[in-house]
Amino acid sequence: MHNFDFVKPSTIADAVKALKAEGAQALSGGQTLVASMKQRLAAPATLVSLTGIAEMKGVCLGDGGLHVGGATPHADVAREAARHYPALAALAGGIGDPQVRNRGTLGGSIANDDPAACYPAGVLGSGATVVTDRRRIAADDFFQGLFTTALHAGEIVTSVVFPIPQAAAYEKFDQPASRFALTGVFVAKYADGVRVAVTGAGGDGVFRWTEAERALSANFSASAIAGLSVDPSGLIHDLHGTPEYRANLVKVLTARAVQAAG
Amino acid sequence: MTKVSMTVNGKAVSGEVEGRTLLSTFLRDGLGLTGTHVGCDTSQCGACVVHVDGRAVKSCTIFAADVAGATVKTIEGMANPDGSLSTLQQAFQDNHGLQCGFCTPGMVMASAAFLAENPTPTEAEVRHGLEGNICRCTGYHNIVKAVLQASGQDVSKIAAE
Ligand SMILES: Cc1cc2nc3c(=O)[nH]c(=O)nc-3n(C[C@H](O)[C@H](O)[C@H](O)COP(=O)(O)OP(=O)(O)OC[C@H]3O[C@@H](n4cnc5c(N)ncnc54)[C@H](O)[C@@H]3O)c2cc1C
Ligand code: FES
Ligand code: FES
Repeated sequence: MHNFDFVKPSTIADAVKALKAEGAQALSGGQTLVASMKQRLAAPATLVSLTGIAEMKGVCLGDGGLHVGGATPHADVAREAARHYPALAALAGGIGDPQVRNRGTLGGSIANDDPAACYPAGVLGSGATVVTDRRRIAADDFFQGLFTTALHAGEIVTSVVFPIPQAAAYEKFDQPASRFALTGVFVAKYADGVRVAVTGAGGDGVFRWTEAERALSANFSASAIAGLSVDPSGLIHDLHGTPEYRANLVKVLTARAVQAAG
Repeated sequence: MTKVSMTVNGKAVSGEVEGRTLLSTFLRDGLGLTGTHVGCDTSQCGACVVHVDGRAVKSCTIFAADVAGATVKTIEGMANPDGSLSTLQQAFQDNHGLQCGFCTPGMVMASAAFLAENPTPTEAEVRHGLEGNICRCTGYHNIVKAVLQASGQDVSKIAAE
């Protein structure tokens, strides 16, 4: 790993300032970034740790739903969101393993936007709002492809606001070696309709299965999607599964999520 | 180089580190606490698990500078004050929960954190709780048995499958 300067500000304002330096990069839980740095896929000149910023941590109810701080570890979301938004808490509690959940954070996960990560499905499936140090970004505009988001250089995800649905569930088909999702589906039912977000399958990352959303908005039951099928073209093809296999998983997992949501 | 200070196994320690110095490197090379093992160095195996402020973490995936001021516990801090093995460590020995022993420090640290949160787990919960720890020798069965015994449950009926 190349060496770097390490700074640990205690406020968002100081972190934003530190990130203006040439070659500066944010470090949150490090559960993705440290591995990339070891492989020299990332070589920041300055690493700006977000782990000491109290205002970016925690879960609370507020305007527009559940506010989760960008630097909140998955384990804390699993515990603290359980009363307010059980499906989101369950998603966080199913990420990786206990040690990954004790360090990895919501902000780091969605900024990284791994095509097999769980949180992008929860954020997109909830129609959440990503709050940064400078603006608010709708989930539909935030995720822009593989490892690509609407974030500008040096922009920090400070929190995410999740509207709380009437019913929701996340169904993850584990890839047991990586512990990521081979495919995962997040279904959430709101007063104005149902959202279905799919991770681990799309060649361009997380996406909404709009056909299923329409069918489920009319009739929220697994039978409503029985006649639908997912087009495998453009889905991920790797040694774990073909596009056709993933297309089938999307449908099966959506049905299971609807059943689990009740 | 910058100076970092932290509390490790109850003692105040400090040392010079680079930005890139991992907590695992600081513990092993800086403090000579070589009980913390590095198996994969890629956050997969859990051999390097220690507790930072009471939480189990993979020390190969944390920079020492990021945990300056923290309270760290490693396998060297797990025995009873008189030097005898703790209940959990003794359970590993009693149940042959180790063979080569390479994964054992991480297994013990992960199990201790797990039992602190879930003092009377089921077998399935133990297996799930140790998902981040890989063992190449034991086939896990005796590790799971050791953790169940340490939780005070009767393991005499669990067959050595
Ligand atoms: C063994 C293992 C299993 C895993 N399993 C899963 C899984 O099942 N599901 C899953 O979803 N994930 C999984 N992960 C990934 C994990 O959730 C990571 O925590 C996550 O991808 C990155 O979050 P982090 O806080 O560690 O970010 P870091 O690694 O610190 O940073 C990742 C990237 O995001 C940037 N960044 C960090 N925080 C912010 C912020 N607040 N604002 C803007 N940019 C930021 C960094 O600059 C970097 O580019 C796994 C990881 C491991 C090691
Ligand atoms: S050495 Fe840290 S997880 Fe393997
Ligand atoms: S005892 Fe050898 S790796 Fe676990």
